[in-house]
Amino acid sequence: MLAAKNRLGLVLFPAFDWAISPSHPEREERLLYTQDQIFEEGIMDIENIKFYNPEVALKKDVQRVHFCVPDVDQRVTKSHLISAGGAIKAAHTVMDREVDKAFALIRPPGHHAQRVVYGDRGFCIINVEAVMLENLRAKYGPFRAAIVDTDCHHGDGTQDVYWNDRDTLFISFHQDGRTLYPGTGFLDEFGGPGALGYNINIPLPPGTGDEGFLYVLDNLVLPILSEYKPDLVVNSAGQDNHYTDPLTNMNFTAHGYAELNHRLSPDIAVLEGGYSIEGALPYVNLGIILAMAGLDYSHVREPDYDLQKLRQPQKISDYIKELCENIYSRWKQKDALTHELLKGKDYITRQRQVYYDTDSIMEYQTQKFKVCLKCSGVNTIKSHTDRGMPIFAVTIPGDACPSCIDEGYKIYKDTDIQKYYKIYLQDRTNDTYLTKGARNLTY
Amino acid sequence: MIVGLDMGGTHVDAVLIHQGEIIEATKSPTDRSNLLESVWGTLKSLLSGQDPSQIERIILSTTISTNAIIEHKTDSVGMIIECGPGLPNDFLCCGRENIFISGYIDHRGREISPIDPQEIEQAVKTFKHKNIPAVAVTGKFSVRNSGHEIRINEMLKDEFFPITLGHTLSGKLNFPRRVFTSYYNSAVYTTFLKFSKSIYKALQREKICAPIYVLKADGGTMSLKAGEQYPVNTILSGPAASVMGGQAFLKASQDAVFLDIGGTTTDISFLADGVPLFEPLGIKIEGLPTLVRALYSVSIGVGGDSRVRVKNQSLVIGPERQGPPKALGGLCPTPTDAMIALGLIDLGDKHKAISAMKEIGGPLKLDPVAAAKKVLDTMADMIKDKVEKLLNEINSHPVYTVKELLYGKKINPKFIQVIGGPAKAIAPMLSKKFGMPCRYPEVYEAANAVGAALARTTAEITMFADTAQKTLSVPEMGLYEKVSQGYTLEESKMRALDLIKRQSMLFGAKEGEIRAEIIEENSFNMVRGFYTSGKNIRIRAQTKPGLIYRLRSDENVSS
Repeated sequence: MLAAKNRLGLVLFPAFDWAISPSHPEREERLLYTQDQIFEEGIMDIENIKFYNPEVALKKDVQRVHFCVPDVDQRVTKSHLISAGGAIKAAHTVMDREVDKAFALIRPPGHHAQRVVYGDRGFCIINVEAVMLENLRAKYGPFRAAIVDTDCHHGDGTQDVYWNDRDTLFISFHQDGRTLYPGTGFLDEFGGPGALGYNINIPLPPGTGDEGFLYVLDNLVLPILSEYKPDLVVNSAGQDNHYTDPLTNMNFTAHGYAELNHRLSPDIAVLEGGYSIEGALPYVNLGIILAMAGLDYSHVREPDYDLQKLRQPQKISDYIKELCENIYSRWKQKDALTHELLKGKDYITRQRQVYYDTDSIMEYQTQKFKVCLKCSGVNTIKSHTDRGMPIFAVTIPGDACPSCIDEGYKIYKDTDIQKYYKIYLQDRTNDTYLTKGARNLTY
Repeated sequence: MIVGLDMGGTHVDAVLIHQGEIIEATKSPTDRSNLLESVWGTLKSLLSGQDPSQIERIILSTTISTNAIIEHKTDSVGMIIECGPGLPNDFLCCGRENIFISGYIDHRGREISPIDPQEIEQAVKTFKHKNIPAVAVTGKFSVRNSGHEIRINEMLKDEFFPITLGHTLSGKLNFPRRVFTSYYNSAVYTTFLKFSKSIYKALQREKICAPIYVLKADGGTMSLKAGEQYPVNTILSGPAASVMGGQAFLKASQDAVFLDIGGTTTDISFLADGVPLFEPLGIKIEGLPTLVRALYSVSIGVGGDSRVRVKNQSLVIGPERQGPPKALGGLCPTPTDAMIALGLIDLGDKHKAISAMKEIGGPLKLDPVAAAKKVLDTMADMIKDKVEKLLNEINSHPVYTVKELLYGKKINPKFIQVIGGPAKAIAPMLSKKFGMPCRYPEVYEAANAVGAALARTTAEITMFADTAQKTLSVPEMGLYEKVSQGYTLEESKMRALDLIKRQSMLFGAKEGEIRAEIIEENSFNMVRGFYTSGKNIRIRAQTKPGLIYRLRSDENVSS
């Protein structure tokens, strides 16, 4: 029988009994044809490839990352906990050295879920990769990680979670926000005061094909990774850059995805979006599995693959080349930019509006970050929605200095419960999560 | 009267059962150079003096096909393999010649590119040139659309015999296994056919006209005629014979561990609600995974005659056997010697058994009784460790729905069933170790042959309906037909139950004894754009393996 070069752990959990609604892209059928392809190819018989069931993520796993309104139990379904638990299981098999790499083929996705969760946005409620990564840090201790998001939509949730964390480098490839949901992911979204430069957005023009993606990888992403030297590389493997995807406008192929995965060589890949469930997913997922296993993926090809039609125009190639140079030079200047931005400031605040498209909720946020020389700094979120429900949340980061810890607890204690629906304290240093509220907590 | 025969690697066991009782049993050595004679000779001595008209049925569990494979006495096979895009294909080369052809069917059974007749003509030339008589044809996703395999068969059928088409063997998705299973089926075809023809001839000569069946690895039977077509399913029926035999002596309706402790090995199986567990996809034959449905059975190298020694101050049992126990004139101490020394079984020379335990106890500073106890304790520990490991694997088998993940069935054994020579002697120790009752039959004469004799006919079908394309298929039955756009899951289930009965009767089942059931059912709405374009329905149905009846026997419980 065939033997994989790399020991690969696979969590294949298509959640055949869960959908947002019967005809929603996030429905029971989504991974049906992927499962058929994986079964028919006999992946389970390949030596060194092992299948695992998901775990169910715990409430605390969610609280490390999110402020769920009104709370985790009412906001997050079992399906979401299993999806995140699938990524956690995959990651544990890597951390425990049972396997060399792991791929979690799970749904629903998570990369649009931000720190505050009032509802579902972009088919996501909890951020699967972040919940996974913070579980790993709680279990195995601190380490540096890079998340490379190859979904066609900007990973705005992951960006928000790691905005101020320099131990997590976030790089997002996506179709330019001027042409696609969620409409963010521009070059100037560069990170918070504690992690300026560690959030890298690569907005690509519609029509980008294999050539463009691999150019960005080789000329921008890999050089940055080799300078950052992460202990763990996570690929948010959204598959909607595929040329057949119904929601997007890119020209990436299954072979291109496999090639990208091979060159990036992530430790863990987690499925995100991708809604061409028959024409793309079976082939892209197969390509990624083979690439991660160190097997030959050169025979993976879509039924309607046509090289001529998918060739990237020169104009796009030129644009991407310039874009990469621009982003790389900003990466190189991140220390100077940080110095410039923080000069004489004690706090940095940013105002944001967050739209929950799936649930039609508009959220208004003010995030306030303390500029601290000893740690990434205590920070707060003040938020409410067009339906009310004002909340206030305090985060003490994992690397907090004693004075930021004290300050965090003081802010939490001093915040007036009459003014908010709920007040949260996320103490990442001590892995402790508190809430208080005066009103009757029913939604 | 029912005749059951199980041919193993060393012995042929046969029994004659009449009204729930064994009225005759024989055991004779297997003559590897003449397997047919081994079967026939045993049957003849079993049936001497019996009235042939009283025989209701004959069931054979044979190693004919298995042996041919192990001893490389199979026919050379020409493989025609349609890969489509996906995995590299060199690992699929299992035939004497392997021709990879173009053409490609996708996951929904749509033809993406047609076959090229010139490639098939070239394959014919190559096979002819190399004098290859047997062919197997397998395509990726051929179970979703068998058109290519059938067309190729049309082009080959006047030139080659036998020809196995992949989709006829199993409806399960697993292309490499389908390739290997088709290969084996063609490779053992004529060997099995010769065997079956001589059996028929011999029965005719003896004026026995009872229906004759063969045992399959899944613990069910099929008629010898059906076996001629799918001989691959007769491979490795031995473990199934003993699991089914165990059930004839021991009652179970709960989850249980089933152990068959032999001389060299202990075979471990499990019962779920009293029904033996299957391998998820099929058994491995000579290292190649197949779609041959089989009862789950794992062997470990510890048995009554395993060699016992002391290494680095600790006791090691097995995995090898070096002749009989010391008490029976052997050279090495064995667990059987420990049992004899403790007076648990009355066999051979007890003094020799005690001196064997002295030999073991010496370096461990234990007296012979303590040493013997230690041997049994270690043996039970080894079995328990393996059982727990296997259970853990079984209970973490992949599931695909939230409901199954949260509430799915887990095997949770309530007792142990054990057969084999050392069963009675080791039962109390097993019971203590596992913390659950351990049952063993008072007599379990020729359990494997009894298992063969009493096994029911089994069959399995896979149904796939796609109402957007208005197709319904049951590959195992060669059934590909049109359905209406409104075809429902309920209609599919009714149809599947009807078809599985038909299939079972084709395999030789009697109408009254068929216990048909749906084992998997799924129906997905297919949405294209914003509209539901149809339903994608998947059903698996089977006739449950089981016994036509149990033997009247006594069982003992150690707890």
